[in-house]
Amino acid sequence: MLFQDIVQDVVFWVLSVAAIGAALGVVLVRDLFRAVLLLAGVFIAMAGFFVLLSAEFLAVVQVLIYVGAISILFIFAIMLTRNVRQGNLPNRLQIPAVLFSTLLLAALVVVATSTEWNLIPDGAKTGVDLVQTQSVNVLSPEALEVLERAGALSDEERLQAEKAGLADLLIGPFVLPFEAVSVLLLAALIGGLALARPPGRA
Amino acid sequence: MFTSHCGESILRENPLFRLIYDGASSFLPCWLSYLIAGMVIMLILVNAVLLGAAAISWMERRLLGRFHNRIGPNRWGPFGTLQPIADFIKLLTKEDLIPAGADRIAFTLVPIFMVLSVILMTAVIPFAKDTALADLNVGVLYFLAVSSLTAVALFMAGWSSDNRYALFGAARGVAVLISYEVPVVLSLLGVVMIAGSMSLGTIVQAQQVPFILVQPLAFFLFLAGMSAELNRTPFDVAEAESEIIAGYHTEYSGIKFALIQAAEFGGVLVVAALITTLFLGGWAGPFAEYLGWLWFLLKTILVVALFSWIRATYPRLRIDQIMGFCWKVMLPLSLINLAATTLEVFFLPDSGATTVEQWIMVGINLPLALVCVPLFGRLMREKARPGSSPAGARVVPGVPTIESS
Repeated sequence: MLFQDIVQDVVFWVLSVAAIGAALGVVLVRDLFRAVLLLAGVFIAMAGFFVLLSAEFLAVVQVLIYVGAISILFIFAIMLTRNVRQGNLPNRLQIPAVLFSTLLLAALVVVATSTEWNLIPDGAKTGVDLVQTQSVNVLSPEALEVLERAGALSDEERLQAEKAGLADLLIGPFVLPFEAVSVLLLAALIGGLALARPPGRA
Repeated sequence: MFTSHCGESILRENPLFRLIYDGASSFLPCWLSYLIAGMVIMLILVNAVLLGAAAISWMERRLLGRFHNRIGPNRWGPFGTLQPIADFIKLLTKEDLIPAGADRIAFTLVPIFMVLSVILMTAVIPFAKDTALADLNVGVLYFLAVSSLTAVALFMAGWSSDNRYALFGAARGVAVLISYEVPVVLSLLGVVMIAGSMSLGTIVQAQQVPFILVQPLAFFLFLAGMSAELNRTPFDVAEAESEIIAGYHTEYSGIKFALIQAAEFGGVLVVAALITTLFLGGWAGPFAEYLGWLWFLLKTILVVALFSWIRATYPRLRIDQIMGFCWKVMLPLSLINLAATTLEVFFLPDSGATTVEQWIMVGINLPLALVCVPLFGRLMREKARPGSSPAGARVVPGVPTIESS
């Protein structure tokens, strides 16, 4: 076994244990403040997985958006909440929650195992860049071609191809969902403004 | 020169890494020489940040002394250069207090996180040709992502201290951080578009003309935004002594306080290095092949001095003025800059901007900046008349009921 393979395995297991442990902590810890910090930990571990998959762009964006923005939003919500240390009050949604999360997990497992991952062949692997499991099925044929060709290219060119593929996808075939998401964000913004409006004013 | 029998590795472009790696691998197994070379470079970077922070704290105190028409620390060592070490020893011997109601784990992790995020930032900065620890293709984004970790650390400090002044400070700090993230990112987009890459090394090489001239608005916005994100004086409401004691680090003492201070000054150093890289041409200069590190160091020191100058010149803003400045001045300016740059890049050939084209951009962008900045400055002045109620303050959490009047 190559040194790089061992390192990759060790990092993968460390990240997995950290991510799962932190995720369990988010659910089990009563102190909301610690729960949010653990959630940020989960996000960072996820970014680590993206790095392992040689998707540096996604990893960086993951940290920027999830740790830098989403966690901070939670943080502000907590800062404006009373009695945070007592945690959530018990409610009657436990059984539906268990049911729903089991279904979600099952769906994710089915999708992950039934997807035909287009692994880049062994010969194209260079350096520590070993795992190549971009879900290329969702890419357009052109992007697919670029990615397949990328196996023989240098690291840098492959990354550029990957990013170009992402950008092309976002303003190409997926432009409608992309725009819909931005409308959703706008709606959330307006909703937040409406909620935060002082009661006296129209 | 030893011959290497180990394979290619991702850090081989770094000359120091190559030297150690090739040398060690002639009599050690590959993985051990890789580890040793990597560790040596990391050790250098960590020490550069921490010692640099110490040096900057001395430099800033001396400079502030001159600006204030006093002498500044001059007792320890020549010109007081050993003052940071004396300070450090003093802090080291102080009692390390943790408040009774504090969340001990989070409280202890804060200084570590703060130093960590600063050190992580240095990984992508090219100090000279090919000397970045990792010249990532997404270097600029990486920097922004890592610097956004500071917001989490700030919040941890404020909340875990179990002190309401710390919480006020943290709320202000985080509010400032996330607001200024927007114009900072938008201003960097202009630079990235002209260079055609987010890799810091490529951005340096793309600067036929220093980008401070090509993108003057972006430079101004980035400098102001980074001053805010570093809690430097015109924007330092998060630790405003006259209002909320020391803000988020009120409860920190001893070695933890020393680490937080090191992270603050280290942050100034790293941001100055980044400004040098993005706007001042990085290692470019005469004999850049051999003297690149020298030009880089000189430019960085110059930017640090600029930060000190700003700190000595401007009084502290109110929190609503800071928010107003961000959303009413910096955001429109960054959008104007983005639009102008987009138009210019649109008319460029695909091969990237040559020297002449960059000078043409200077001809367009410099007058634009000279018109826009005073224009929006006037706008801000009218909005912030003395006596007008700070209407914006209400929506910002963390404003105590003390009025500044």
